[in-house]
Amino acid sequence: MTEAKTQEKKYPAPQGNPETQAFWDAAKQGKFLIKRCTACGEAHYFPRSICPFCFSDKTVWEESAGEGEIYTFSLMRKSATGPYAIGYVKLKEGPAVQTNFVDCDLSALKIGQKVRVVFKPTDGAPLPFFTPVG
Amino acid sequence: MSIKGKAYIAGIYEHPTRHAPDKSTAQLHAEVAKGAIEDAGLTSADIDGYFCAGDAPGGAWPMVDYLGLKVRHIDSTETGGSSYIIHIGHAAEAIAAGKCSIALVTLAGKPRTSVMPPRAAGAEADFEAAYGATTHNAYGMCAMRHMHDYGTTSEQLAWIKVAASHHAQYNPHAMLKEVVTVEDVVNSPMISDPLHRMDCCVVTDGGGALIVTTPEIAKSLKKPLVRLIGHGEAMKGPRGGKDLDLTYSAGVWSGPRAFEEAGVTPKDIKYASIYDSFTITVLMQLEDLGFCKKGEGGKFVSDGNLISGVGKLPFNTDGGGLCSNHPVNRGGMTKIIEAVRQLRGEAHPKVQVPNCDLALVHGTGGLLGVRHAASTAVLERV
Repeated sequence: MTEAKTQEKKYPAPQGNPETQAFWDAAKQGKFLIKRCTACGEAHYFPRSICPFCFSDKTVWEESAGEGEIYTFSLMRKSATGPYAIGYVKLKEGPAVQTNFVDCDLSALKIGQKVRVVFKPTDGAPLPFFTPVG
Repeated sequence: MSIKGKAYIAGIYEHPTRHAPDKSTAQLHAEVAKGAIEDAGLTSADIDGYFCAGDAPGGAWPMVDYLGLKVRHIDSTETGGSSYIIHIGHAAEAIAAGKCSIALVTLAGKPRTSVMPPRAAGAEADFEAAYGATTHNAYGMCAMRHMHDYGTTSEQLAWIKVAASHHAQYNPHAMLKEVVTVEDVVNSPMISDPLHRMDCCVVTDGGGALIVTTPEIAKSLKKPLVRLIGHGEAMKGPRGGKDLDLTYSAGVWSGPRAFEEAGVTPKDIKYASIYDSFTITVLMQLEDLGFCKKGEGGKFVSDGNLISGVGKLPFNTDGGGLCSNHPVNRGGMTKIIEAVRQLRGEAHPKVQVPNCDLALVHGTGGLLGVRHAASTAVLERV
């Protein structure tokens, strides 16, 4: 029941800005980017030009495998657009990403479950979501 | 340099309304300001500092003009529901520095009977807004992980609501006065897993206000003396997604700062006002402030330990946000007001803590599971 609702949902188009435009351009190619700092070596999300850990400006774009596991989630039982599950994914590369879980049985979600990125269309660049693997 | 003992809370007022279709938001601010000024025994001409947050229509300068104040210090620090706990610390700093001598802090609004302004967007907007974080699911995410890591149960969370309801039955203004049981809470409809309807606070129109002043002026007035002896503030967010841990709040930083400045420990506290936007908010904050170890909050809150006259740590004796009042979806103001009532001996006799001379006020603003600001205040009766 919850699956159909999430697939029909219309998502807002990202506004984009000079700092993050490369992320949205890559998303149009189906690529999920994160930022990594070449000074301290740490990856972060959402992307910034200045590293939030060491304040270096030596940050570079890196394509994430788009794989990780569910750190936590909460299933909102009712909303104007139907039930949806918000949560955080801890990526293989390290950073945690806020997202919604889609294309699945929302009542079967579990902490620790393996997930992968899927893009959903908007009127602009597509948005990253995550779905359980296997 | 410390603000310990440099500022007193000399006036308090909580609006009795919980539903105000017939009033404007600015009017509610004016009514609570009038109430707090009169409670202190002052006049509006005495006010020389004004503090407000995002709920004040247009911010500080339209409000100062609307209220007809003539001030020499303004502060509109906005950190959601914790704003007003931060304000009393900032007011103490301004008073200690001689920037003002009688500060007014107001909160008011109408989430039940008017449209709430949207939250301002931050740098994260494109990367988060579409995912629909609300208060319910942002706090639900914290509860879900807390249960996973520490075995916390819905029944344990329910005890927090049960304790609040025991207190609310004596508050004639409380929105929900009915005493509830653990079974009532866990059998109420699931809103956002694992939080049930009764794990959530009420939504109310209303407001509250405070007068913060110098020791000399407070002593010249007629109210029992209540002073601020410790204060802390801190913020926490995903911070680039590194080592995300939603089982603790910024209270782990604001709490120790306040206790250290006050020179007291959690064991010394006789009464605690703890922001209760949701039951999980209370449980996590009690752990973060050191009332119990991390992960043991579920055990700590069970079996009525938060009920005045029954347990070891009486909390939110007005019924709190869970049962009494949560004006403008911001709980910090009413937390301060009930703590001052306890220290003055003005709480309802059924919930008044005997010889209450040391109280703690703590709250978070924003979204606990996304980004939030915490503030802690230690108040003492002189």
